[in-house]
Amino acid sequence: MPKTILKVEKLNVSFDGEEVIKDLSFEVKEGEVLVILGPNGAGKTTLLRALLGLIPYTGKFAWATENISYLPPQELLQRKGLPPLSIEDFFRFKNVSIERILKIFELVELDPSLLKRRYGALSTGQFQRIIIAWALVDDPSVLLFDEPTSGIDIGGQETIYSLLHRFWKERNLTILLVTHDLNVVWEHAETVLCMNKEKLCYGNPRKVLTPEELERIYGTGIKYYEHAHR
Amino acid sequence: MGFVVVLIMSAFIGGVAGYLGSLMLSKRMALIAGPLGHLTLPGITLALIYGFDVSLGAFFFVVLGIIVIWLVEMRTKLPMEAITAIVFASGVATSFLFLPEDKTVPALIGDVSQISPEAGAIAAILSLVILFVTKKIFSKMVLVSISEDLARVQGIDARKLNFIYLACIGLVVSLGVRIVGGLMTAAIVAIPACTSRNLSKNLLQYSYGGMILGSLGCVLGIGIAELTGISAGPLIVIVSTLLFLLSLIAKREET
Repeated sequence: MPKTILKVEKLNVSFDGEEVIKDLSFEVKEGEVLVILGPNGAGKTTLLRALLGLIPYTGKFAWATENISYLPPQELLQRKGLPPLSIEDFFRFKNVSIERILKIFELVELDPSLLKRRYGALSTGQFQRIIIAWALVDDPSVLLFDEPTSGIDIGGQETIYSLLHRFWKERNLTILLVTHDLNVVWEHAETVLCMNKEKLCYGNPRKVLTPEELERIYGTGIKYYEHAHR
Repeated sequence: MGFVVVLIMSAFIGGVAGYLGSLMLSKRMALIAGPLGHLTLPGITLALIYGFDVSLGAFFFVVLGIIVIWLVEMRTKLPMEAITAIVFASGVATSFLFLPEDKTVPALIGDVSQISPEAGAIAAILSLVILFVTKKIFSKMVLVSISEDLARVQGIDARKLNFIYLACIGLVVSLGVRIVGGLMTAAIVAIPACTSRNLSKNLLQYSYGGMILGSLGCVLGIGIAELTGISAGPLIVIVSTLLFLLSLIAKREET
């Protein structure tokens, strides 16, 4: 039986008196992939930020590890108006050796020559791979990913999720993933947490994500294509 | 003796101003050194009237201004530049109420002719301390610029860093007024950093480039001032600008 790596009890977050997350309770086991699903403004990003202690909250949560890596949505990472930062400089923020950086580049199939490139000069797809490598370079046990494929074309999205899936299998990672993409839920999630400020459904996606539930989450009819394979 | 003291002191102050400037440029705050420089004017005015060290007077008013800016920013979330504009304008207005006419030029463009060896040595040591502290926070501050959330997850206390950073800016501005006066401190902070940006490919080249170019601009400016008898402050700024223009040509040839 895998140990519980995160236990959340009655988590509440408010901004200026407005409740953004209400009485949220769930837990995540070691090595589990939890996909957090919900419409825009449902509080998904806020949930991740609260779980990282970045914003005030009430209620309780406890991590069984301190080795947590986080990637905010790509569009929230500043890429313009920065100093002449090379990709190697960017990885040096993590105080890791060049050997580790080269190793992670090999694992995510990035050309080491990119290390000399300017941080702001990469394409969206390249940049996304770089920040995934950045998140993984210090060997975390938990990854919190917020919309890891926003702004990337479908081919690029497939690559990113295959990459994450590979790391999940090889390193027994626990992943908390915020996404809008239902395909990701069918393909990769063991557990889904649907929310819209409060918990709407929680459990195995094949059991809890019914067409009716999807309509309740998104407030409109959603095309429902469950993938039979994994 | 006096010239050597001024030359060494200016090299140190110019170096640290260029180094810190490269960080300020990356946080889009280089121009804040201008208003902060102007904010030193009440302090310089008092120092010139009562005969104490201009950096001391300048520092007191810059610190006061920074604390006011920091508190107002935290409470109102107004952009820092906007708050700085309000604070510096009131500082300038107040100082012109009291500044004697014969002290106006040294207050505005600096005066290195009366610097004692002790004052020069203290300024050089202070510059080294600021350089050391800025080096410690440099890469962390750049990560905060990329994403404050990412930095905080890495265990970086952005608030504490911002405070240290502002204190360093205050000290550099207070030292800078010694050589370029209250009017042109933005120049010794912003110009070497812009020049270095044109010439560098990574963070190390950029930050140390800012430092070397800052020192170089000051040393050349002070040297030309000694030869020509023109005020050093404007010459430092003009030399730094020429170096910047040269870097533009180098950049164009590279691309």
